[in-house]
Amino acid sequence: MNGPSKLIASEDQWNTQMGLVFPGKRVVFRGKDLFRDLKDLRWMELLRYGITGRFFDPKQIRLFEGIWSLGTSYPDPRIWNNRIASLAGTSRSTATLGIGAAIAISEATVYGRGPDVKAIDFFFRTKRALDNGEILSDIVRNELEKYRGIAGYARPFVNDDERIKPVTELATSLGFGNGNYLGLAYEVEKTLLKLRYRIKMNAAALGAALAADQGLSCYEYYLYLTPAFIGGMLPCYIEAAGKEEGTFLPFACDRIEYIGPSNRSWD
Amino acid sequence: MDKKETIRTQIWREEAEPDNPFAAAACFCHGYDVFGDVVGKATWIEYLFLLFKGERPSRSQAKTLEDLAVSLANPGPRDNSVHAAMSGGVGGSNNAACLMAALAVGAGQLGGGREVALSMQMWTKCSTDIPSWESSIRHSPYEERADVWPPMEHTPGFNPHSASCPTPLRLLLNHLADQSPGPSLCWLRDNREHIETIAGAPLAITGISAATFHDLGFTPAEGEMLFLLLRLPGAAAHALEQRSIGFRNFPFFHNSIHLENDPEVDQLNL
Repeated sequence: MNGPSKLIASEDQWNTQMGLVFPGKRVVFRGKDLFRDLKDLRWMELLRYGITGRFFDPKQIRLFEGIWSLGTSYPDPRIWNNRIASLAGTSRSTATLGIGAAIAISEATVYGRGPDVKAIDFFFRTKRALDNGEILSDIVRNELEKYRGIAGYARPFVNDDERIKPVTELATSLGFGNGNYLGLAYEVEKTLLKLRYRIKMNAAALGAALAADQGLSCYEYYLYLTPAFIGGMLPCYIEAAGKEEGTFLPFACDRIEYIGPSNRSWD
Repeated sequence: MDKKETIRTQIWREEAEPDNPFAAAACFCHGYDVFGDVVGKATWIEYLFLLFKGERPSRSQAKTLEDLAVSLANPGPRDNSVHAAMSGGVGGSNNAACLMAALAVGAGQLGGGREVALSMQMWTKCSTDIPSWESSIRHSPYEERADVWPPMEHTPGFNPHSASCPTPLRLLLNHLADQSPGPSLCWLRDNREHIETIAGAPLAITGISAATFHDLGFTPAEGEMLFLLLRLPGAAAHALEQRSIGFRNFPFFHNSIHLENDPEVDQLNL
């Protein structure tokens, strides 16, 4: 048993390299003076520095912004996370509560942070396996057998992903069109088709491959994506909040399809 | 016109008021008329059990869940989830935000909902078989894929910072074991010290909750949800109390944060 020794040592004792405010004077942000050393950073640069402690060049920052912009949650309230924003708006909750919950909802298994993390992790594992002499088709087949799918390939309702083209064009225009992981992402898609799986790459795989090519770890990629969907959520909130209260896609009683037991008495 | 999409559910049925298809004249939960029959007869805990399991609980099931619910209702102001809610309260955050904060923090793998679910998975796998527990604890499953959840750092259901199983938990375990309809709590009471030795840590409230939910027939996901839900009352009450007491009387840790890389200090050193 370890006992409480670590808690005792930590009581009123938190050492940090992440930052501190000196009220009325200055702010330290990961070892830099926010108002002196970091004052000219763009928001994405500051975010990336906060996550990684590293600085990225302007082309990389443009790429990371582009992945957010083109891969944001579209302002379509049918999408489950956006729907939270719309429901918050129509229910006259606050935008912050609605968006906070919608971000939390974006950490899902069929879309959002779950596949994002698994997609970049798949590329790292696949790269290691290939470096160890394994064959890509075996790796792909094994992944499909073990996990019944590959994160970043296929989509819930349709196979084609409209984000692939614009994100690829952006990456290419910035000189990031020939990265190793991007190449691997396309090789995996080709392998799937060769193996007769009708599964195509989606934006999660593309974003993951591009981020891996920029040297992001799985954890850094996950953290960077945390606020990524806000762009599309706020319009959903605004519209629902701006219309008659309660009118966002209400359900009538007969829209409940009951499949449970018949009426019975509590006694 | 397309057929209207519906919400399929085994839980809930409504009959509309004649003058408004969006207002329910009657609501049925798993077949019971909620406002015409259940209200006034069922306790909150019985209704909670019905919602999740689709059937009324037996007396011992209801009593066991009720007593666990009382023990979980307030983790106390030192608990991280309550600390989170109080941090919302003192700053004047919205009440919902205080509960969202309590849920987010209290969802974790150290003392939170996720730990309960993982502990329940162990109950499902090991039941009351000591060699299975021994094997599961010593050879925790290796997950080759990364996940949004970090890797587990201790055996779920046990507290890595405890010196021994605290008195309230031993009292709670003894009490619940005496009335539980399932075998897990009794077995845990009888084998606690042995399992704690294998786990290298004393039993935690998450472990007792997991055994209780397992005995009551809940799945790990249901247990996780209930644990999250049942701990909210304390978070709410403490958040409201701290809001009225005010932030000047709430710990700010004025001198507890030690900056290791102050650029001004670095400059002085140059």
